[in-house]
Parts: sequence; C-alpha cells; structure tokens
Amino acid sequence: MLQMSVNSGPNAAPDASLARTLAQLPEGEAGVLDHLELPDDIARRLMELGFLPGHIIVPARSAPGGEPRVYRVDGSEVALRRETASRLILRPSNGTANSKPAGKGSQL
Amino acid sequence: MSDCHDCAGCAVAEAPPGLQKSARTHVVAIIGPPNSGKSTLFNRLTGLRQKVANFPGVTVEQRVGKAKMHKGATPYHHDVVLVDLPGVYSLNPRSEDEQVTRDVLAGAMPGIPKPDALLLILDCTNLGRHLVLAAPILSLKLPTLVILNMADDLASRGGHVDTAELANELGSPVALISASKGQGVEKVFQFMEGTSAGTTSLSPPRVELPVLQDIPRCRQWAHDVGSGAAYQAPAPPIWTRRLDSVFLHPIAGPLIFLIVVAGVFQTIFSGAKPLMDGLQALFLKSGHGIEHILPPSIFRSLLVDGILSGVGAVIVFLPQILLLFLFIGILEDSGYLARAALIADRTMAKFGLQGKSFIPLISAYACAVPAIMATRTIENKRDRLATILIAPLMTCSARLPVYLLIIGAFIADRPLLGRFFGMQAGALLGLYVLGFVAAIATARLLKSSILKSERVPFVLEMPPYRWPTLRSLGLRLVDRSKVFLRRAGTVILLVIVVLWVLENLPVKNGQPPEIADSFAGMIGHAVEPVIKPLGFNWKIGIGLVSSIAARETIVGTLGTIYGKEGTEDSLGLRKALQSDLTPGGAIALLIFFAFAMQCMSTVAVVRRETGGWKWPAIQFAYMTFLAYFCALIANEVVRSGVFTLTAHR
Repeated sequence: MLQMSVNSGPNAAPDASLARTLAQLPEGEAGVLDHLELPDDIARRLMELGFLPGHIIVPARSAPGGEPRVYRVDGSEVALRRETASRLILRPSNGTANSKPAGKGSQL
Repeated sequence: MSDCHDCAGCAVAEAPPGLQKSARTHVVAIIGPPNSGKSTLFNRLTGLRQKVANFPGVTVEQRVGKAKMHKGATPYHHDVVLVDLPGVYSLNPRSEDEQVTRDVLAGAMPGIPKPDALLLILDCTNLGRHLVLAAPILSLKLPTLVILNMADDLASRGGHVDTAELANELGSPVALISASKGQGVEKVFQFMEGTSAGTTSLSPPRVELPVLQDIPRCRQWAHDVGSGAAYQAPAPPIWTRRLDSVFLHPIAGPLIFLIVVAGVFQTIFSGAKPLMDGLQALFLKSGHGIEHILPPSIFRSLLVDGILSGVGAVIVFLPQILLLFLFIGILEDSGYLARAALIADRTMAKFGLQGKSFIPLISAYACAVPAIMATRTIENKRDRLATILIAPLMTCSARLPVYLLIIGAFIADRPLLGRFFGMQAGALLGLYVLGFVAAIATARLLKSSILKSERVPFVLEMPPYRWPTLRSLGLRLVDRSKVFLRRAGTVILLVIVVLWVLENLPVKNGQPPEIADSFAGMIGHAVEPVIKPLGFNWKIGIGLVSSIAARETIVGTLGTIYGKEGTEDSLGLRKALQSDLTPGGAIALLIFFAFAMQCMSTVAVVRRETGGWKWPAIQFAYMTFLAYFCALIANEVVRSGVFTLTAHR
C-alpha cells in the first residue's frame, strides 16, 4: 500500500489527474473507472455490482480508520477494502473531476 | 444482506428437502438479486406455511412454502408450491448460490421439480443494475412475472417507470409492487392462478437478448430496456445519507456501535431475566402441582425430577434466544447490520476474519446454534467456515449455570477492584475473556493454515435504511421458537429420560439402586481413570457424560447424584461439591466447560451448515483436546500451590 501515501490525506490537493486508482480518489469526488486489475472471476463479481469500465464512482464515507470505504456506483452503495479499491484503475481526468465523460450506461 | 438471512426460518432438525411433485403441484420459483426484497415477498406469499432446509449436498439454504391462494382460485385444487432461490446477480456458475440457482431452474436439482413458472423480483429503485438479471432469466423461456419491488420508495423519491411498456419490451407481464407494504401483491397471485391453470401464454421478448457472458453489454442492454420503458431513476435516498453521516461518523459512529453492542449484551443478560425467572417459577410450580395430584411412583419421579426439571432447565433459555433474534432482526431489517459489519471489519481483519463475522460471534454469547445459522450472511465460504468453527468457543448462555455453580462454591466472594467488582465477578469475566481469546486465536490459526483465504475480496452492499416491519420480525421469532422447542422436546428430552433410566437401573429388591451401583454410576466409574488427572471423580464423570448432549444438563445431573435440589443457587449442592472436589478440580472443570464442545445441537447445526460430518468431527476433536489439555494444566498448577484459592467453607 505504498502508493497510498501520495494523494489520500485530507490536505491533499483535489487534483483528480493524479488519482490513478480508486483508493486514491478523495471522498466526494467523481472518478471514471477504466479497468480492473483483478483476476477475471473477481473482476466479474465487482462488475455485476456496477464497477464497470466507464461508470462513475464516488467515494463516500468510510469506517473509522479509513477502510473499508463505501463507494457510490451505478445507483447503489458498495463497501470495499483499500486493497481491492487500489486495484480499480481510473481514467485519467484533465483536472475537472466532476465532469461527466461519455461513459456508457452510467446514468441509468 | 436481507436475502441470505438465516432466521426467517431455521430448522436444526432436517426437514425433508425434497418436494413430491404430483399432478396437482404447480412449482413457482422466486429469483432475484440480493437486497431485492425476495424474502419479504416469499414471506408475504406463504406466511407461516414454509419449510427451511438445505439444498441436497450443499450449504445453500432452501426455503419452500405453499402459496396462500384463494380458495377455488385454481382449478383442480392445484397446490402452488413456492421455492425461494438464493439471491444472485447472474447465472454464471461461479458460486455455490449461482450453481444451485442454475440447477433448480434447469430441473437438475434432485428433489426439486423443474419450476413451471418464475417470479423475477427486482428492486425498481435500482432498475438499471437489477434488470441485468432479466436477460438470462427470460432466455429460459418459462412463464415469468417480472416484479418491480419497492414501488413505494420509487414513488416517494420521484422515480418513474412505464410498466406496460416494459412488459411490451420484455414479452412478460410486469407488476409494480411493494412487498413490505403488501401493495400490488394480488397481481402476483393472479399471475400464479393463471400459470397454474395453464392459461398464460408465452410471448417472446420484443427486445433482443444480449450475449450473457458479456457483463458490460448486458448492463448496456438493461440500460436500453429501462430507457425504452421511460425509466426515471429515483433521487438518492436522502435519509440514508443523513443517517450514514451519523452512524458512519468517525467519532459518533464507533460510539453508537459500542452502545448497540452493549445493548445486545444487556438485553441477552438482564432484559431476559424476569421472563426467565417467570418460566423457572412456572416449571417449579407445575412440578409441585403434579406432586400433589399424582401419588409417589416411578412414573411421577420420571415426570417431575427427570422430564420437567431437565427440559425446563433448557426451555428457560427461550426468552434470551428470542430477545437476541428480535435484536438481530431489527438490526438486519433496518440496514444497520451492514454498517456494523463495515465498522467491525478492520478489527476482525486482524484475526483473519471480516466484518460480517462480527454479529454471529456476538450472537454466540447467547447460543452457538443461532450464531452458526447467522453466518449465512457471510458469502466468503472460508470466512464463513472459520466463523462457524470458532463460534462454540464464545461463552454461550448454557455455560452460565455451570459457571455460577462452580464459582459460587469455590471462589471466595472478596472485593477485587473496589466494592462493586468482586473475585467472583472477576472469575466470571475471566472465563468470558478466556473463551473470546481462544476463539480469535483459533481463527488466526485456521486462517493462516487450512482456511488460508481465497482471493475473494471483501465486498459489502450497503442497503438503504428501512423501518423493520412487525410482520417480518414476528415471523422470525415464531420460527426461532419452533426450532428451539423442537430441540428441547427431542434431543434434550431423550438424554434426560435415558439418564433417568440409567440412574434407576438395575432394580434391586424392587428398589432403585444407590447411584454408585446404578448403570450411570458404572459409566462414571468407567470414565474415572481418564478424567482423574483433571481432578474429577466418577460423579463428575456422570455429569460430564450427560453434558455431552447439552452443557447445562450437568447441573441437573449433579443435583440428582448428590441427592440435592438441582438448581445452581442450591447451597446444598455447593456444599456437596466443596467437600467432593479439590480447588484444582473445580478450576479444571471451569476450564473444561469453557473449551469443550458439549452440545449436540451445535454439532447438528454445524453438520447441516457445512454439509457433512467432516467439520463437526474436526471441531469436536479440537475442542475436546483443548479442553482436556488446558484443564489438566489448570489442575496441576492449582495443585502445586502457585495460586491460593480460598473457598468459603
């Protein structure tokens, strides 16, 4: 979890262009999932819960201590541990974190 | 979570899982994703006419019930049998749940006829994601009613869907209902009337079904179908977010969590006390009543001293268990249980477990049987198995009478920490801690060896908060009572009667024998060499043998053996024990009870939940070894005089 230290603190600049994985995305900011660096069967399990490439994910509250964290995705809320969230890679964003990219099926 | 809950019904005794399909039986399966309200609908349609078992050979729960059809609504008086399938997001057979669902739908599950019709239940506040399941279900080409549940939520949060247009697209009837409020449920009955009468005709979906293995395309398909039916997703649940900002607050959250856990404990112990005392008094009274009515005889002795006191000693725990389940029911139905699991996850992870193991382990303080059934909310099979295996080490309420008896007799009632916390309370607390430490140490051991975790990550869906309904809570409690009373009326009753017979045979000169000469005494003498190193004599041996069925039995047994009243408050029994058991033996007995798996109901429920004898056998051997070994050490240490115990003789 070394990569965690970069941009996860409360004082970190809310610069979404640095946020490479879901675990690095600050609470309340939207990110767009690019791909899942997880074994196929686990990736499919998460995709069934809405963690699909192109979908918008917003980190919400976490348990005390920072994990697991609740993520708003595809109309529901799902909690993941940091080890899982750090395997979900986000699309690079050009600084406007809340802009909605042309993701398919993400607004239903 | 609410879909895999254990307690809408849980039979320890094996209910016949199979259904006999006759010409008059019409089988309807209910299928839906987790948290779609599947169980609520099943309860709504069947009421109390349901049976819970496992699907043959697997640990997946099977609930079957008869639909409450209107009289004369179905021709030829068809019985409509409902099968509740596990909550799944897809039919890709990766988990046991999905495999079972596939097998039942294909008619490949032994004992379950292929369903004649399907009820597909979806949460319409999240239709986009839930509609994905419609693709594989509709491709089965069975008569299907698509049920959009949570209609009340959809409306109150400003969502909308055109059911007529959705039905048009899918080629299946669509019903917008609220299973918890009962709105629109008549449409479900009408559908089943139609399919059982054979008047429902199949029409193919107007929309083309997607390639099932491609999840992104299935999701896109669901989106398009939803858009076609003018689906307007509801606004986010405002109240859920407000409540989460309190319950998941960095400071208030853990505090509330601790208060809730303390509340569960307080309820288990003191809240149930008046009810338990009342029940105890009732049993005593009826015993005296019978003694007044019947003349002294062997039969009266069996009835009063054997059955009534023995079974009564167990039934006394019913209020505790029901209160615990009421508590768990409220926590689960309201949605707080998921938040509790979230908060507990980090701590539980240190022991190799996860957040969802927390509530079952807390429940195990009341009784391991419901706790083990409550592990059904843990999807990760290894985490679930580890939780099942350590649950009986938590200090259940059946150990309490034994602890109270021995501590009362052997630990001096001196102040330990101030006036309000004495040595006796300290000893009791110590035993609770001992059980907990043994449980988490065992968990670590298991998770770092034979149950080393699969690569399945921790994933927890957070359902919106909802008001629990009295109906669902009531159903759980009725069901729990049935299960518990069945256990008291079968296993425990049998042991009590057998023990009574063994204590009263062989008859000499028409008189029951002295206890030492009875068959029970012979058994006690036979096991004495094995238990002697622990500081136990043959009388304790009889108690131990009888307590293999259920721990609390030993109190009654020792009471009978010492010819005194068999209650833990009885001074007579304490005195008898003080003169008959060394301090080392007494401490060893406490330790033995803390670790040993003396509970046939637990063995039975572990066998049922793990689908075989392997795990209960391993568990029984491990716990017995641990108990024997630690009791041996305890006896030696106390005997050597490292600690001095002052008995108040």
